[in-house]
Amino acid sequence: MHIVSIAAFSLIFLGGIGFFGFKVSKIARNIKLGRPEDRSGNFAERFKIMMLVAFGQSKMVVRPVAGILHLFIYLAFLLTQIELLEIIIDGFTGNHRLVWGALEGTALAGLYTFTINAIEFLSLLALIATVVFLFRRNIVRIARFQKPEMKGWPSKDANIILFGEIFLVTNIFLMNSGDQALQALGVYHQTGEFVLSGILASKLSGVSQETLIIIERIGWWGHLIGIVGFMVYLPFSKHFHIFLAFPNVFFSKLEPKGRFTNLESVTKEVKLMMDPSADPYAAPAEDAAPVSFGAKDVFDLSWKQLMDAYSCTECGRCTSECPANNTGKLLSPRAIMMKTRDRIEEVGAGIDKNGKDYRDEKTLLHNYISPEELWACTTCNACVQACPVNIDPLSIIIDLRRSLVMEESAAPGSLNTMFTNVENNSAPWQFSPADRLNWATEE
Amino acid sequence: MSDNLIKVPTMAEMMAAGETPDILFWVGCAGSFDDKAKRVTKAFVKILNKAGVKFAVLGTEEGCTGDPAKRAGNEFLFQMQAMQNIQVMNAYDVKKIVASCPHCLNTLKNEYPELGGHYEVLHHTELIQSLLNEGKITIPNGTFQGKRITYHDPCYLGRANGIYEAPRELLAKLDAALAEMPRNKERGFCCGAGGAQMFKEAEPGEREVNVARSEEALGVNPDVIAVGCPFCKTMMADGVKHFEKEETVTVMDVAEMIANAADL
Repeated sequence: MHIVSIAAFSLIFLGGIGFFGFKVSKIARNIKLGRPEDRSGNFAERFKIMMLVAFGQSKMVVRPVAGILHLFIYLAFLLTQIELLEIIIDGFTGNHRLVWGALEGTALAGLYTFTINAIEFLSLLALIATVVFLFRRNIVRIARFQKPEMKGWPSKDANIILFGEIFLVTNIFLMNSGDQALQALGVYHQTGEFVLSGILASKLSGVSQETLIIIERIGWWGHLIGIVGFMVYLPFSKHFHIFLAFPNVFFSKLEPKGRFTNLESVTKEVKLMMDPSADPYAAPAEDAAPVSFGAKDVFDLSWKQLMDAYSCTECGRCTSECPANNTGKLLSPRAIMMKTRDRIEEVGAGIDKNGKDYRDEKTLLHNYISPEELWACTTCNACVQACPVNIDPLSIIIDLRRSLVMEESAAPGSLNTMFTNVENNSAPWQFSPADRLNWATEE
Repeated sequence: MSDNLIKVPTMAEMMAAGETPDILFWVGCAGSFDDKAKRVTKAFVKILNKAGVKFAVLGTEEGCTGDPAKRAGNEFLFQMQAMQNIQVMNAYDVKKIVASCPHCLNTLKNEYPELGGHYEVLHHTELIQSLLNEGKITIPNGTFQGKRITYHDPCYLGRANGIYEAPRELLAKLDAALAEMPRNKERGFCCGAGGAQMFKEAEPGEREVNVARSEEALGVNPDVIAVGCPFCKTMMADGVKHFEKEETVTVMDVAEMIANAADL
């Protein structure tokens, strides 16, 4: 029996890890399809931001209700990893609560009991949070979860994750309450009292030992299958943020939010234009790669912008703060991130099928994101400020606008007028530069 | 004092006289050409004159920073403008700039350095704040005493550059009641002009951004909606007009209010 269960465990667990690793390598490959961008250096500052924003959830609690409920799930998730560690050890060795066995009688035994109690307590809070979240999404129907981009799969994805969490917590309590009841019967080792599952165990008095073992085992295997199932599911889900939130915040933009990148390729051209001794007919160097300005497709975005897309958990705080979206425009910063992810996933699938140089006919601009969305942006940075994991939808919007303007000359007519004015009069309006100081002498 | 008495030296005049100003006042296109913004420019100059600040403007040598071009995706035009301005300012050996337009401020401060323009850049509210702290100007009694003021954070001053307090501290000196809008500071709601929206029609939607923001501002029943950006000023004034409240609610730049209160 031992051998069978060790084999079953190993198969499920290692199979899950293997599949997860395979999918993660695909995501890493996809992110690397982006162009280079330097986000190195400033380790201390980056680490501090990561601890504050990702680990410390500082931007989550800006909205206290969702922030605190999320904190319960987050802390339960972190702490449950300790229990998972014991499940893994027991699974591979065919033991039962081996960690307790090792700690029993030592000074650390109390810590074991305390940890399990803490996990149970947080799991209960997480369960409550999960139910409230389901309620908010499906019954109260909070506005930001009902936006057009949430129709269909994204809403289903969110509910699958929430039900998955309920499944995990339920199994923890099945396992521990079965365990407590069996401890009372003297079948399992005495690990000290688990307060919450102890209450549940008291309801199991009179249940036969065999049934209790089945309950405990269902909880154990159920929890394991839940965890592995989660792991296998995550790379397909918005919930992948639990892995990318930390690195994504670590690699945040550290400059002021108002600072947009200066395109280096443009700087070269402009310097050439302003250099009186430059030969305007000079042929480009033989090895010069053809430059395109701005971003038309995901390949033109940086790895960080693509990592942003995979880090997005579609909470919609960006969209709910966006002035364009708030006034009924087509733009939704969340949709920008979701479409970027959808496109890079499509590109990745094409490469898997047809080789690494494969390119299809589609582009992020036009096929996924329309000019109407892009032109609605006021560049106000509300979306960037709102994001709990420091995603920067604005940088993608600007890069796509750059392609529209500099590659396609497709700016709205009124903006072309503004460009002409700036070019000719050095002001966005049609005033003569000679009149620029008239205000000083006017009445 | 009448408007005629403002003294506005240019960099060229200063240089010809063998003088170096302590600070360049970057007036900006709105500040130079837009009627509402010109009033802010003049009010600020009156404050500078009163405080005896040795400043100069570029006058006809100033050109658009390129901000609206850049936000609209025309990086070429932005960099052309930037490099021309940098050439002019570096020739005058400019070290310190004050701007009354947060869009100019942001561009000069954050985007020019990489192109060769390294300057210390202040918003006019920051400079006025230090002038008040140093006692170079004083606000005798409350023109705005008992008035209710709400302050609208310009995106390019607030979120973009983290300047939230200087304008608020100035308003606090006016003995008025400062009433915050529900969405303020980091969560301030845009007036709708940024990202070159000022120069185009809005995309199809349910309403205009400036109408939504003005409704929020009017919701706190202010006598004055204070702003720190010429574009916000236009947008909020239009919004107030939309609700036909222009008789009772004024939209003013913080500099205008200080100049007013200091009886300049």
